[in-house]
Amino acid sequence: MPSTADLAAPVPRPAPSLARATYLAVVALVFLFMFTPLLFVLWVSVFRNEVVTFPPQGYTLAWFGNAWANAAFLNGFIASIQIGVFSMLAGLALGIPASFALVRGRFPGREALNALLLSPLIVPGIVAGTAIYIYFVQLELWTGVRVIATLPGFVLAHVALTIPWTVRLVAASLVGVDQSIEEAAANLGARPLTTFRRVTLPMIRPGVVAAAIFSFIVSFTDLEMSLFLVGPGRSTLQIAMLQYLEWKFDPTVAAVSVVQIAIIGAGLMVTDRFVKLAKVV
Amino acid sequence: MSEVVLSRVSKAYGAALAVRDFSLKVEHGELVALLGPSGCGKTTTLRMVAGFILPSAGEIRIGDESVTTKPPYERATGMVFQGYALFPHMTAAQNVAFGLEMRAVPKPEIARRVAEALRLVRLSGLGERYPKQLSGGQQQRVALARALVINPDVLLLDEPLSNLDAKLRHDVRLEIRQLQRDLGLTTVFVTHDQEEALTVADRLVVMNQGVIAQVGTPRQLYDAPRSAFVADFIGKSNFFEGEIAGPGLFRTRSGLDIRFAGEPRPAPSVLAVRPERMQVLRADAPTAHPNAVPGVAKVVTFLGPTTESMIELKSGETVTVHAPTAGGNGAAIHPGEPVRLAWPPEASLVLDASDRAPISPLA
Repeated sequence: MPSTADLAAPVPRPAPSLARATYLAVVALVFLFMFTPLLFVLWVSVFRNEVVTFPPQGYTLAWFGNAWANAAFLNGFIASIQIGVFSMLAGLALGIPASFALVRGRFPGREALNALLLSPLIVPGIVAGTAIYIYFVQLELWTGVRVIATLPGFVLAHVALTIPWTVRLVAASLVGVDQSIEEAAANLGARPLTTFRRVTLPMIRPGVVAAAIFSFIVSFTDLEMSLFLVGPGRSTLQIAMLQYLEWKFDPTVAAVSVVQIAIIGAGLMVTDRFVKLAKVV
Repeated sequence: MSEVVLSRVSKAYGAALAVRDFSLKVEHGELVALLGPSGCGKTTTLRMVAGFILPSAGEIRIGDESVTTKPPYERATGMVFQGYALFPHMTAAQNVAFGLEMRAVPKPEIARRVAEALRLVRLSGLGERYPKQLSGGQQQRVALARALVINPDVLLLDEPLSNLDAKLRHDVRLEIRQLQRDLGLTTVFVTHDQEEALTVADRLVVMNQGVIAQVGTPRQLYDAPRSAFVADFIGKSNFFEGEIAGPGLFRTRSGLDIRFAGEPRPAPSVLAVRPERMQVLRADAPTAHPNAVPGVAKVVTFLGPTTESMIELKSGETVTVHAPTAGGNGAAIHPGEPVRLAWPPEASLVLDASDRAPISPLA
C-alpha cells in the first residue's frame, strides 16, 4: 500500500510504449471493421435515391414508412416476434431443468447430455434446417397434422437454437449458487418448489434474463433454419427481407435493418445491466 | 420437552462408514458439542439431525417424534451454517422473516417477532441492510436470529465461529452461550476447536473416524480421558510409550519406570501426563513424589500467566511442563540447567492407545 506521502508526490505517467500503441491501433481497427457495416446500413437507410449509389442524391425518412406499409415486412416482423418469444419461453422451460440436472446431477452420460444440448451451436444452420425439414415432412406424413409453416413448427425448430444458450447461461450462474443457502431455506421450512421460487431463482435471475434475451435474439435473427419452414402466409422478417432483395434494391431493407439493429441493441444493453456480457459470451 | 436422541445411527457412503453406531441423548436445554478432527463424522451427524442426510441405519428422535426419514422442511430445527448461508437477495429482516412466512404466521406477528429477534442479537436498526452490507460478525448474528425466530425444538450450529477473527470469536461464543441458556434451547454445536468446545458446552462428544471416542463434561474429558486420542485432542499431554510392568508400575520403551495410580488398562497402552501436573525442580532438590526423573532444561518460554519449559529427559524423551509464573515452584529455571521432573502417581494416566496414531512427543 502506498502511503499518503507517496500519493502526494506527482506520479509520472508511464511512457507510451510501441507495444501499447500497436495494441490500441489493433483495437481501433477491430471496432472499425465491426461498426462500419452497421453505420453504412444506417446511412443508406436515409438515402433518397431508389437504387443505392454513392454519393446519395439527398436524404429522406420515407423508406421507414415504406417498410411499415409493406405487408410482408409487417407480418414477418410480427411472426418473428411471436416465434422468438415462444422459442425463448420453451427454451427456458426445458433449459432450466436441464441446467439443474447438468450442474447438480451425478449420473452416467452427464457429459454426453451436456454436449448434446450444446451441439446446435456447432451444427451449421443449413444442415440443421435441412434435417428438421425432412423430419417435419415425415412427421406430417405419419400424423397428417400440418407442421411446416405453422407457429408450433417454427417454435419446435427454433428451440434447438435457443436451448444451447439457455443451458449455457443458466448453468453458468447455477454453478455459483452456494447450496447451503438452499439448505437454509429447507431448514426454515421451505418445500423444494418454494425454495426454488423464493431462493434459487432470484439468485440465478441474471443468468435467466441473459438466457431469455439471447434466446430471443438468436431466434429473431435466424435465417438458415427458417428458410426451410416458411410457407404461404407464414414467413419471418429475415425471409421477407431476403425475398424483397430478390426483386428490389432500394433502401427499404436498410430501414428494416436499422429497426432490427435497434431492437437487438436495446436487448443487449438491457441484458448487460443484469449480467456483464463479457463474462458469459 | 425437546430432547434429541440418536440411537445407533450410521451413515455409509459406499463401503466407507462416515458415522458408525452413534448413540447420544441431548437433554432438553443442554448444549452438546460434537468435537473432532476434520473427517471424524461430526458434521455428517449434525446434518443427519437437520435432515440433509438420511442415515443408513438407526433412529433419530426430536422430542417425542421420530424424524429419521423426515425431510428437513418438516423438522423443527434451526440451523446456523458455517458460511451463514444468508439469502443474498433479501434484507436482514427478510432473512429472519423467511421461516415465519413458511409457517404462515400472520404479517403483524412476523413484524413483531422479527424485530424481537433482531433486538435479541443486537441488530436493531440494521434490518433493512442486505447481507453484503453487513460485517462478518453481523451476518453471523442475522443467521442466528433467523434460526432462533422460529422457536426451533433444537438449535444446530455448524462451526458458527470459524469465519470470525479471534477477538470476535471469543465474544460471539459467549453471546451464543448466554442466549442458549436464557432461551433454554436444546443445542448441538459442531466444532473442530477444542477451546471453543470446552468453553461453551455442557457436554462434549469427541469423535474419531466416525465413532464416539468419549462423551462427558469438559472437566471429565480433561481429567479422565478414556483413550490416548482424547487426551491428545482435549488439552495437551506428554505421552510415554511402553507397557505395564507390574501393579502401579509402567515401564517406558526407553527404560524409565513411572508410577501410576488406579486400574491398568489392556495393552496397547500409553502413559500420559498433563504438562501442568509436572513440577520442575533443581537437580538436587528433595521431593516426596515417587516419580522423579532427571533431565536438562532446553527451552524456557514465558507465556504470561504460565511459563512453559521443554525438558529433555536423560532417557531421551522431551516433555513440556507448564508452571504458573507467579509463585509456582519458586526457583526460576534457565536453559541448560540440570533439573528433575516430579509428579504424583495420580497424574500418570495409563490409556488405551489403540485409537491413536503413532505417538509424537507433544503436538
